[in-house]
Amino acid sequence: MNPLSLSGISKHFGGIVAIERFDLEVEAGEVVALVGDNGAGKSTLVKIISGVHQPTDGEIRLAGERVAFRDASDARANGVEVVYQDLALVDLQPVYMNLFLGRELRRKPFGLLDRAEMARQTQHLVDDLDVRIPTAKATLSDLSGGQRQAIAIARATHWASRLVLMDEPTAALGVAETAKVEELILKLKARGAAVLVVSHNMEQVFRIADRVTVLRRGRQVGTKRVAETSHNELVSMITGLSS
Amino acid sequence: MTIAPTKAPAEKGVQLVVRSWRNYVVYVGFVVVFLYFAATQGASFLNGTTLVNIVTQATPITIMAVGTVFVLSLGEIDLSIGSTVALAALTAAVALQATGAWWVAALAGLAVGAAVGLVNGLFVTLVRLPSFLVTLATMGLIGGLAQQITNLQSVPVTDAAFGWLFGGGTLLGIPILIWWSAVAAAIGWHVLRQRRFGAHVLAVGNNASAARVSGIKVTRVRIAVFMLSGTTAALAGLLYAGRLAGATYTLGTTDLMSVLAAVIVGGTALTGGKASMIGAVVGSLFMSMINYGLLLAGLTVAQQEIVRGIIILIAVSLSLRGKKGS
Repeated sequence: MNPLSLSGISKHFGGIVAIERFDLEVEAGEVVALVGDNGAGKSTLVKIISGVHQPTDGEIRLAGERVAFRDASDARANGVEVVYQDLALVDLQPVYMNLFLGRELRRKPFGLLDRAEMARQTQHLVDDLDVRIPTAKATLSDLSGGQRQAIAIARATHWASRLVLMDEPTAALGVAETAKVEELILKLKARGAAVLVVSHNMEQVFRIADRVTVLRRGRQVGTKRVAETSHNELVSMITGLSS
Repeated sequence: MTIAPTKAPAEKGVQLVVRSWRNYVVYVGFVVVFLYFAATQGASFLNGTTLVNIVTQATPITIMAVGTVFVLSLGEIDLSIGSTVALAALTAAVALQATGAWWVAALAGLAVGAAVGLVNGLFVTLVRLPSFLVTLATMGLIGGLAQQITNLQSVPVTDAAFGWLFGGGTLLGIPILIWWSAVAAAIGWHVLRQRRFGAHVLAVGNNASAARVSGIKVTRVRIAVFMLSGTTAALAGLLYAGRLAGATYTLGTTDLMSVLAAVIVGGTALTGGKASMIGAVVGSLFMSMINYGLLLAGLTVAQQEIVRGIIILIAVSLSLRGKKGS
């Protein structure tokens, strides 16, 4: 059973068709890139899988089991983690509080926040993923953009039991920081996670993805193995113009 | 490979020093003003009675400051606390006359405060109005209600138990008002730092959409904080009614500025996400000490207000200036 299986997903907003009959399987340990021009429906699709929008038609299966999420926290409870482009982090809090945001650890018997344990687990995780930060207790606003995105991905790694969705995770980053984040994505894949990543960057797609699926104005144009396609072919699929 | 930090270490060190010294403005200010009064007024300031009075006079402000720390942490503001003081005090006084039971009176007063907070919270979350406007409106509305319910008349509070618990009582030789301040500060600190709720308040105030996608019930947190703020204002009202042995619609009308000044000077950011409970408590003692010292110095009420305004401006400037950019 694949971690994610989408069949016939459609989404209409009033009379406007945002997504038309989208199918996709993502295997464990596989990175699938979702590409397309602005307004092609990539972000809408991510929002459908992560429970923010409900599909008008079609079905979502996680490990073979049909799911219908009420909202984003429902999706999270089912092991779907999202890394957002605009960093869903609280920058005045320490790194460990961000990692456990909304799922803080507590100590028995009084239910006090267990800051020491959260910091310890965070330190372990960032060391494991080779994310270079001064300490798990550092305030997030003292870190660079790349370090913050690395924290966001580390958080997804920590909590995702099945699937990680990424909406342009490197859009706001420089070259070196992008390389670091891509390295993290490959580690996530090596740990057996299914990763669906929205990207605008063709070079990146060829660097990290196993397969790529193309959307054009809400329609799925096709899905290719990265090893069996070319830059030019993808561009012509995205634009609809033959090259 | 590693990611280079965005700022050079030296520059960052300087920023850290500047940032941390701003966090301590209230403590430095407290010591400086304390030493000033001690030096200029000698024994008339430096004696047990005066020091105890500074703490007990501050009690209602301290209690409201605890609630206001949560409100500002959320990036919101509650301007209605001053009029809630009067309405809760009058409600309790009237309930006491009607039933003769001090605990019914106390619960009635606290319930009024919680209800005001609920109304504020619902308008902020469901109608999505800025809290500044909502609480400005409820401030006027509640002030009017407080004048209306007793037709501008004061209501005496003669119940001995009520008077002991909320006014002149002592427990283990320590005035009950000091107990109230200590317990409120301890609970406030505990909830802010050691409970999930406090972490969620700070997260919502810092980045509400991040909190929402992380599964935090943002609306529920906001409503709870406004209810907490209303309840602390009501408790302050009970304490006034107990200490003054009566309630009137003018109670608490000048407290809003003192509370906000205490909390902001104490290091809680108006923009949300950053809070200091201990700073707010010291801030309220700081405000009380200024009031007392100016009184001892023989200034007229008008002069006291002028000097107090100037001191607040200086203290708030020191603790807030340039913070947004850093």
